[in-house]
Amino acid sequence: MYRKGSPYLFLAPYLILFFVFIVVPVAIAVGLSFTNFDAIQRPQFVGLLNYVNLFTQDLIFLQHVLPNTIIFSMIVGPGGFALAFFVAWSLSQLSKGPRTVMALLMFSPSLTTGVAIGVVWRIIFLGNPQGHLNAFLLNWGFITDPINFLANATFIMPIVIVVALWSSMGVGFLAMLAGVLNVNPELYEAASIDGVKSRLQEVFYVTIPSMKPQMLFAAVMSIVGAFQAGTIGVVLTLSNPTPHYAAQLMVNHIEDYGFIRFEMGFASAVSVVLLGIIYGFSATSRKLFKDD
Amino acid sequence: MTKTNPKGFAKNQIPLYLYLIPLAIFMAAPIVFIIFHAFKPMDELFMFPPRFLVYRPTMENFNALFRVAAGATVPVSRYVFNSVVVTLAVVFSTVVTASMAGFALSKMHFRGKIALFTINNLALMFVPVALQIPRYMTVAAIGIENTYFAHILPIVATPVIVFLIKQFMDQVPDSLIEAATVDGAGAWRIYLGIMIPMVRPALATGAILSFQMVWNNIETSALFTTSESIRTLPFYMSTLAAAGGIAGQGMAAAASLIMFVPNLLLFIVMQSRVMNTMAHSGLK
Repeated sequence: MYRKGSPYLFLAPYLILFFVFIVVPVAIAVGLSFTNFDAIQRPQFVGLLNYVNLFTQDLIFLQHVLPNTIIFSMIVGPGGFALAFFVAWSLSQLSKGPRTVMALLMFSPSLTTGVAIGVVWRIIFLGNPQGHLNAFLLNWGFITDPINFLANATFIMPIVIVVALWSSMGVGFLAMLAGVLNVNPELYEAASIDGVKSRLQEVFYVTIPSMKPQMLFAAVMSIVGAFQAGTIGVVLTLSNPTPHYAAQLMVNHIEDYGFIRFEMGFASAVSVVLLGIIYGFSATSRKLFKDD
Repeated sequence: MTKTNPKGFAKNQIPLYLYLIPLAIFMAAPIVFIIFHAFKPMDELFMFPPRFLVYRPTMENFNALFRVAAGATVPVSRYVFNSVVVTLAVVFSTVVTASMAGFALSKMHFRGKIALFTINNLALMFVPVALQIPRYMTVAAIGIENTYFAHILPIVATPVIVFLIKQFMDQVPDSLIEAATVDGAGAWRIYLGIMIPMVRPALATGAILSFQMVWNNIETSALFTTSESIRTLPFYMSTLAAAGGIAGQGMAAAASLIMFVPNLLLFIVMQSRVMNTMAHSGLK
């Protein structure tokens, strides 16, 4: 350990930027959430009114945004996390060459931009016969008329979930792959002597317990990824709100109120609720993967 | 029994391949599709039934992309220039500030160290898209709207990069630092002479994560700038994609490909260093 020198000098550049662009915005969001603010006049203090309105008056939030967010985040967060673990665990049992190539293929969607995601998936799900999925279904006689997937309330949400899962193998996936590969092989031998028989038992009694810290890191990354991915619906349908509010998530609701209706105070209250939900997910992961 | 990292192929790997290969195809297909689409001539873009493959590859879409841009108020070269400047500045600043902070958090003693690391871990959850309004207000208050700083400063502080570099630095033996201290080395010499060379994989990982964030970033252009001449390439691409139409599709695919290729190449070059860093990514 180095005892002399000036730790604060080393920390200062990062901490200043961290404070200004992460801490301050969170504080502003919390502050504004108690006000009525239209971005022109001074914010007026209204107490908890925005929160009360959000949970009692905002029918779009209650009927569409909240249930959509819960469904989407449950499937893409924990679901995406479980999928990434399963893929990482499977890949770890291949030899180095094929494993590296496959890991790269799995990770490649994370390298694409939101715009590229929109471009490619829009072409696949296009509502006319030129759309690839429609062409396929027409060609094989499953349907007689093209389906307007991206304007149809039944299809939008499942499509958004598939696309979000597609792009969910990010940094967390890489961390888990490294984690599975680093599990000491002797532990599996010891476990088999102790009577652990199936692979599934090995996963739960050996693999996961010996890589809990990586699991937690990956879980946090999955949660953040899931909420970041909330913009996919707007990218695919090119409209906010999404048609029939079918894929309207809290992230889109914030943008709708903040930048389209300029109700910044109300939008900030939604932001604060969203941060609370993200924190809840992350605290749950901490409990699950606490290293003791 | 689970056998990780086998030397070569064995029969018991067949079931794994049976589901991993289809999944890998599903993951990679949209990207391969973008590549084909970008090179399709107009008649193949309009073709019914649409085809996945390209039959007569052309550069038409790329040419059109640059032609449209030339007719607009700002030439596409300006967006490219802005993107390159901003990307270089962000990647460099991120790696420097994060490695300095990581060094202090990993190897120095000071009051509040554990608290700071805990706060940083908490900030791993930070989702910028949820806080667009206050972030905009902060940028406006500092007065850096419509400057390069508006693209650079808001995204330099990245908690996950500090976290990964700090974890990697924890692996550097303290005895090395003690020996250097005995020889009279100061904090800066230890940082530059010992830590930086020893944690190169983590720095490379930090650089690549930062590159992905800034190279693909639309938010800073959309929120923090109003002048076209200061905006970046991904933002321009997003306006093309939104313009729609079949011809727009081809151009948007070409644009997406231009954005994607540097990302992919960088990752391929750095992948072993990234995996090396990820081995120390445990969060407690």
